[in-house]
Amino acid sequence: MTTPQIEDHGLLRFLTCGSVDDGKSTLIGRLLFDTKTILADTLSAITRTSEKRGMGAVDLSLLTDGLQAEREQGITIDVAYRYFSTGTRKYIIADAPGHEQYTRNMVTAASTANLAIILIDARKGVLTQTRRHSKLAALVGIPHLIVAINKMDLADYSQETYERIKGEYLEFAAKVGIEDVRFIPLSALNGDMIVDRGDNLNWYEGPTLLEMLEVAPAAHTEHTEKFRFPVQYVCRPQDSANPDLHDYRGFMGRIEAGTIKVGDAVTVLPNGLTSTVKAIQIGGVDIPEAITEQSITILLADEIDTSRGDMIVKSSEVPAAVKQIEATVCWMAEAPMDRNRTYLIRHTTRDSKAKLAAIDHRLDVNTLEKVPAEKLAMNDIAQVTFKLAQPLFADPYLENRGTGAFIIIDESSNNTVGAGMIL
Amino acid sequence: MNQRTTLTHLDWLEAEAIHIMREVAGQCSNPVLLFSGGKDSLCLLRLAEKAFRPGKFPFPLMHIDTGHNYIEVVNFRDQRAAELGERLIVRSVEDSMKRGTVVLKHEGESRNKHQSVTLLEAIEEFGFDACIGGARRDEEKARAKERIFSFRDEFGQWDPKNQRPELWSLYNARSHKGENIRAFPISNWTEMDVWQYIEREGLELPSIYFAHTRPIVMRQGAIVPVNVPLVSGEVANPSRPGEEIIDLQVRFRTVGDISCTAPVESDADNVSKIVLETATTTITERGATRLDDQTSDASMEQRKKEGYF
Ligand SMILES: Nc1nc2c(ncn2[C@@H]2O[C@H](COP(=O)(O)OP(=O)(O)OP(=O)(O)O)[C@@H](O)[C@H]2O)c(=O)[nH]1
Ligand SMILES: [Mg+2]
Repeated sequence: MTTPQIEDHGLLRFLTCGSVDDGKSTLIGRLLFDTKTILADTLSAITRTSEKRGMGAVDLSLLTDGLQAEREQGITIDVAYRYFSTGTRKYIIADAPGHEQYTRNMVTAASTANLAIILIDARKGVLTQTRRHSKLAALVGIPHLIVAINKMDLADYSQETYERIKGEYLEFAAKVGIEDVRFIPLSALNGDMIVDRGDNLNWYEGPTLLEMLEVAPAAHTEHTEKFRFPVQYVCRPQDSANPDLHDYRGFMGRIEAGTIKVGDAVTVLPNGLTSTVKAIQIGGVDIPEAITEQSITILLADEIDTSRGDMIVKSSEVPAAVKQIEATVCWMAEAPMDRNRTYLIRHTTRDSKAKLAAIDHRLDVNTLEKVPAEKLAMNDIAQVTFKLAQPLFADPYLENRGTGAFIIIDESSNNTVGAGMIL
Repeated sequence: MNQRTTLTHLDWLEAEAIHIMREVAGQCSNPVLLFSGGKDSLCLLRLAEKAFRPGKFPFPLMHIDTGHNYIEVVNFRDQRAAELGERLIVRSVEDSMKRGTVVLKHEGESRNKHQSVTLLEAIEEFGFDACIGGARRDEEKARAKERIFSFRDEFGQWDPKNQRPELWSLYNARSHKGENIRAFPISNWTEMDVWQYIEREGLELPSIYFAHTRPIVMRQGAIVPVNVPLVSGEVANPSRPGEEIIDLQVRFRTVGDISCTAPVESDADNVSKIVLETATTTITERGATRLDDQTSDASMEQRKKEGYF
């Protein structure tokens, strides 16, 4: 690792979400524009397209709505990823669609984000989709929420409107248990309070949106975690001519949680055998210790039969093996979930066949009430119980996203049909 | 705790890319890494070293050669593969032309988009179930929408309105026989990240990435290199009668097919100067250098739907 010349605050992943047309794509366009990320030729291309469509000003949403179908309809269908950097921090933005029909794409965008910006149209206040996306963001475990009350230019930049919507939202947030939430008034169109403060919102004394982003914690978690290392691949060079490599067995993977150092006592699951960490490497080069999200190779002091799908943990923090899981599931396929079918669950690097044992309840995302359900249709959120053919080594999703999450695969089409978060 | 608890942005991007490559190796039975000798694919090779050394790569390298590549890049490609001791497969668009599967509209037509045909032929020939590529989401607006593990049907087609949901870092690389997964480990990298990584890792690059003097002409405002010698002994981009040939100091930001990659004027002759230039440029990588993406608002999306990388 080289030491960065400038202070490197790492990388922050966030998404924009909220109701249809409340200005998510425009906000991102504005962020990119005002941080000078948009280069001249891109700008002239979207200027041309805006003119062709008879729009008075440049439509910044064209920066993220990259598909033909999206540009034609002026809506976002699938997530777009955009990037910008402030010199101290790199940002990965996911622009989520607001339409209810594309809720699954919003969940996709949320799954990798550490922060969510929820937009509200100042003229409309808190809408069903605002509540739905807020609830989904909370379910997916996004630790930080910023509620951006947008289109303030169409609400006379009124502080009263802002305070009223803020109050409305806080009331809702308390009900669903959303804690860390901050508010900001914006005009994405004019650029007020995004990078520059502008002249219209002088009553607002808080930080600009970019200032909020710059100080938001980038770490994927802020509490200490148990070490979890799913084995992705086993390296066995079997080079008999080279004595160093003759017996080399490297367990390759990415640390989903926690830290590890040479000498730590570890247990390999599912066989439960124990050993100590003999070496940690990246690309065959030794490092003394490693932290969450690093992709490394672990060498053990003892020869233990280990392959893809196994998990290495610290011997003092062994997770339970479970053959039944309760989880919150978001169904993502056109065809409803079929109670009689067997699905494949992919959890870390491990696959297991799974059968639905029960639908405990469905979440009515409009009323946020739990309702009984017989089947799951596309975009439904429900609490379900699965019976598994293979044991999984799982942690509750709220403790650890990496070892609490799974996807559901339809083995006949090979499609990903659902996403689950273990309770 | 006094240790760092978060990674620097380059370390994070590197770790993500390694994870993606290992998922391809772990999930697919016969993957291949597409390697052109260009800067993005050179980063891929370094990442593959970090992912799999001291073992060998669990996939061969493959280049789809249009026959219109810069000699410097082709030589560098071969040299790098040899240094790494990894197997390099080369399949050429010219062979597809001989077979009659690629038909050019006219002699001078860019062969870039025809790479798709040759790629699909090679996928079938070797039975590859996954191709690892160096495409980045910041390159182009359709790419910004593409999954990291992108599913292609039997005809190599991408269906942008019906992509597999891709959550967390749980990738689904499953496919039926004949179908194919394209995996993009550096999806989340920008041009700047690539140059910073090259600088940090001290990667070597083909010489044409650095400022050098070459004969060019100006065509419709674009810098067009002319009379470029090819490996075959022929000359690409012959200058046209009456054109004024200028010796200009330029460098390339991308090194695709000669007929559609233009250099930029520059005196950046080392990586740190290029990092600086990248930080202050006003034109995107493709905008400055690709003569093929500007034809229509959706040309990349269209090509990808037809099987392009
Ligand atoms: N007056 C005003 N108009 C805005 C503002 N922000 C966005 N708009 C307009 O609102 C419309 C919708 O903006 P988009 O950015 O496409 O909305 P979106 O939230 O991304 O929409 P979906 O992704 O389809 O849900 C566009 O016509 C924008 O120009 C704002 O701050 N003020
Ligand atoms: Mg949008």
